[in-house]
Amino acid sequence: MKTPRQHTDTTPLIEITSLTKSFGTNAVLRGFSLRLLPGENLVILGRSGSGKSVLIKCLIRLIEPDGGDIRIMGQAVTQLDRASLDRLRTEVGFLFQGSALYDSMTVRENLRFPLRRHPERAQGVAEDSLIQTALESVGLAHAIDLLPAELSGGMKRRVALARTLILKPRIILYDEPTTGLDPITANEIIQLMLKLQQELGTASLIITHDMDCARVIANRVIILHDGINYAEGTYSDLARSRDPHVRAFFKDTNSPYHD
Amino acid sequence: MHAIRSATAGTLEEVGRLSAFTGRFFQSALSRPFEGRELLRQCYAIGYRSLFLVLATGFIMGLVLTLQLRPTMIDFGAVAYMPDMVGIAFVREIGPMVTALICAGKIGSGIGAELGSMRVTEQIDAMEVSGTNPFRFLVVTRVWACILMLPLLVVVADAMGLLGSYFIESTRGQVSLALYFNRAFGAMAIGDLVPATVKTFFFGLVIGVVGCYKGYYSAKGTAGVGRAANSAVVISSLLLFLVDFIAVLAADILFEI
Ligand SMILES: Nc1ncnc2c1ncn2[C@@H]1O[C@H](COP(=O)(O)OP(=O)(O)OP(=O)(O)O)[C@@H](O)[C@H]1O
Ligand SMILES: [Mg+2]
Repeated sequence: MKTPRQHTDTTPLIEITSLTKSFGTNAVLRGFSLRLLPGENLVILGRSGSGKSVLIKCLIRLIEPDGGDIRIMGQAVTQLDRASLDRLRTEVGFLFQGSALYDSMTVRENLRFPLRRHPERAQGVAEDSLIQTALESVGLAHAIDLLPAELSGGMKRRVALARTLILKPRIILYDEPTTGLDPITANEIIQLMLKLQQELGTASLIITHDMDCARVIANRVIILHDGINYAEGTYSDLARSRDPHVRAFFKDTNSPYHD
Repeated sequence: MHAIRSATAGTLEEVGRLSAFTGRFFQSALSRPFEGRELLRQCYAIGYRSLFLVLATGFIMGLVLTLQLRPTMIDFGAVAYMPDMVGIAFVREIGPMVTALICAGKIGSGIGAELGSMRVTEQIDAMEVSGTNPFRFLVVTRVWACILMLPLLVVVADAMGLLGSYFIESTRGQVSLALYFNRAFGAMAIGDLVPATVKTFFFGLVIGVVGCYKGYYSAKGTAGVGRAANSAVVISSLLLFLVDFIAVLAADILFEI
């Protein structure tokens, strides 16, 4: 079984400082900060509705943050114009909670879409072989001509991962990669994530409330509570914490996954 | 009283947002990058999806109109003017309006539901993060396709209407098809053709913009998608009548007819 790999470089790929975001009177983020280091798997734990999705959507400006500073690979995200933002976005892969495959397109066309828009990322390699390689790396080469409606939930998640990988991003944001999958399929996705981290050296920000996923994959864990980074440490650090809000996550963690 | 005030405020807000959306369309409509391939695909989809419906309704409207007019025209001794009458009625009003309403139901609701479900399942966000402007890719292409295809569909409806009318007349007496169409077009003036054609472009704009607006900003959940499709039809039908009225008024002033 694979274990997360630790890097030594310490210039952060992502640096968030005092991020705030409210919807009307609902203050979701109230000064959240984090640093993501190269090659690291950073897990953000939070209860449903705590603002985890809002957080990573602010990161790439799918949602406009109210305040605070976001830097991705040194660039201040909130000050970028459209063209630079689009360029930066190709460096950041995003795996959506519901996979978000384009359902009018086949698997092949889904993977071709980002490539056609950013041919410079193909670095001269033929489109078809890139698509083939990406699908092979998630074990779905045989599904190339299927439509998303013909795939199971786990297969969709893997195709979405292949579509994210095809532009060779340096950072991947995962929004609940295992939610809605059975434990065995969830474990397959987790192992795939670890494999990709090792082979490609990408850094990942993983949002979840799945403790088993967190335990297996995390180099570091941040607990998002009350809109701030409430607690931070390795999985085993936090597992020993006495804080009731932290403890609440670690109750009852009999793993269905083996590692 | 309070309810009326808040309903009015809601409507005004919606009008404002729809106008802003239309403005955004015009801003991106003629500038690069242009999604040519997707535009062609949409033109084909939109034109082809409604073609049969337009063919059928145009023909039936031609039949009905002729049957309805016939007794009165005979009373006035003017039945020989049937092609002139039907031709002008179709080109000026019936063709554009019937086609537009059918397309609002068929195309408008289709776009509303499609973009709505793309919004709800985060496909629009996925496009955004892969570095593609979804407004250009999804909205601009669909609105352009509507603007370009609607006039063509109207021409088809007009032709089918005349054909339907000819069909009734030919069962009642000896008329040649060529003569019938010649009479119909001979009766038309520039003041009939130009405003009628210009307004169909605007009809296309209305259908495309309202369908896209409703879908693009669809509320979350499957109920949101249903509402997006439904209100796309309701709002665009209402706006079509309004645009038609304005167009007729403007033509009346410009061409003094
Ligand atoms: N577009 C929006 N408009 C208004 N409120 C929003 C919007 N998006 C999120 N919220 C609110 O922000 C809060 C956090 O939502 P978010 O989706 O980030 O939760 P989450 O931590 O991802 O939960 P889950 O684990 O269920 O996905 C919720 O209270 C939600 O109602
Ligand atoms: Mg979420």
